[in-house]
Amino acid sequence: MANVLLSAKDIKIRFGGIIAADGIDLDIHEGENLAIIGPNGAGKTTFLNISTGYLRPQAGTVTFLGHDITAHLPRSITKLGIARAFQIPQLFLDQTVMENMLIAAASRQRYPSGFKALSRLPEAPEMERLLELVGVRSYADRTARELPEGQRKLVDIALALALKPKLLLMDEPTSGVASSEKLEIMDILTAALAKEKVTSVFVEHDMDMVERYAHRVAVWNVGKIQKLGTPAEVLMDPKVREQVIGI
Amino acid sequence: MTTRIKPITAVAVIFFLVSAIAPLFVSSWATLFALILAKGVVVLGIVLLLQAGQVSFGHAMFFAAGAYTAAFWGKYIGSGDILLYVVLAGASSTVFGLIVGLFVVRYRQIFFGMLNLAFSMVLWSLLEKMFHYTNGADGIRVARPDLLGFSFTPEVFQYVILYVSLLIAVAAFCGMQRYLESPLGHMLRAIKSNETRLEYLGMSARRVLLIAYVISAFLGGVGGALVAMIQQIATPEFGFWTKSGEFVFIAILGGGAHAFGAFAGAAMFECVRFYAAAHLADSWQLILGVVLIAIILYAPNGLIGLRQRYSHSRKGEH
Repeated sequence: MANVLLSAKDIKIRFGGIIAADGIDLDIHEGENLAIIGPNGAGKTTFLNISTGYLRPQAGTVTFLGHDITAHLPRSITKLGIARAFQIPQLFLDQTVMENMLIAAASRQRYPSGFKALSRLPEAPEMERLLELVGVRSYADRTARELPEGQRKLVDIALALALKPKLLLMDEPTSGVASSEKLEIMDILTAALAKEKVTSVFVEHDMDMVERYAHRVAVWNVGKIQKLGTPAEVLMDPKVREQVIGI
Repeated sequence: MTTRIKPITAVAVIFFLVSAIAPLFVSSWATLFALILAKGVVVLGIVLLLQAGQVSFGHAMFFAAGAYTAAFWGKYIGSGDILLYVVLAGASSTVFGLIVGLFVVRYRQIFFGMLNLAFSMVLWSLLEKMFHYTNGADGIRVARPDLLGFSFTPEVFQYVILYVSLLIAVAAFCGMQRYLESPLGHMLRAIKSNETRLEYLGMSARRVLLIAYVISAFLGGVGGALVAMIQQIATPEFGFWTKSGEFVFIAILGGGAHAFGAFAGAAMFECVRFYAAAHLADSWQLILGVVLIAIILYAPNGLIGLRQRYSHSRKGEH
């Protein structure tokens, strides 16, 4: 069994009457692609928000490589090695794609420069390589605002990869993308993750994507993990098929 | 922005050359250009904060802090030196900016602006009410300082302070443009477009804004000391909210997309005031108001945005 990167123990959080996490226990192992599926409102994104410090659970702990990160700020969790890509790509829209990447590269430094030009950072070739890896190198000089949605998603993921994370959490990496582009994006993405040796967790509604790209699947339902296992085990489960997939 | 840098930098060089040469032919312009350059230095600080989408309605407090640093030195310690005043004013406003900044960078938008205003009004009240130390509304006269041990007649001094202001303005302009193109400058702009993402990249947006805030306070203080030396007085009006409004006005007038916007705005403002006041007495604010309305309607990116608008219209863009 590979090392446990992130471990959530008995995570609980509720928003008024809505239970978003009700005793979540989950270990994420190094090198795997874990898919999180479940109906809307099941608490999938809440789990990502807790794991990245955006939300603090009302009970339970999250540890990453042995560090308790439950009460940490997003930026300190990022520094530890957890990066995040968003359902709606979060880019600096008025800056070019390359500037976006170089801002990410500069963010890795403890004291970013206020004198040296951003474009002359020594990380520039590495950022170009990452853009090439996710297939958006040709957009490097365009402002992020000019990019189509699919390319914005890829740049968002490239930004996360620029941080050299050990774990990447992605919220619906193919949502808002045309069906014809989904496979291409996921192919690019999983190849990039494998090349960079990044463990990933992705929330997904498209079961074809889950079956094809996930090593394990966790089924969320009303703040609980209803089932956890390989795609074959989980997606063939009659209860999951009825309650979550809707077949 | 990168496409505009070269032409605007060329205009900036011409502007600084004119500032150096024109007053040699018209002596009354020496003080006018010195004021333009000194206020341009202050407004650079406002332009810096505009990158993050934040407007300070209280930046005159640093302007006043710099001016009163020079004034207090002259009143309580003795005759001073231009460079000493500039260094002391820069240091005092930097410390002051750090203290105020630790509070204000926690807030954004209108709350940021109004908290700055509140701090500046506290300082203004102190300057007004602590009459025993500050001479109240009368202010403190700033005796004409030396420069490196040399004393000057009033006629020569107006040129000395002009060229010192010019050197400081050029240094501040180059430093600011460099800063805006650096990682910290880009991160400052990132606060405006997506602060959450910046935090998820592992950067503290507050820290980025605090660094910029302290730099802007430093510039405010240096500009304040220069104006106090040019006008040879520091009064509480230097820290009043209308003075802060004036700096924001100049920044909008000039445009925030390039460091030169601060000087373009200051030149426009001071020239309109200089000539409108001469011909329209107390109605010069009316002229300035009309100019600002015209800028907002026809050049929302300020004077330096005019060129971009012109080049777009030539290409047939709308």
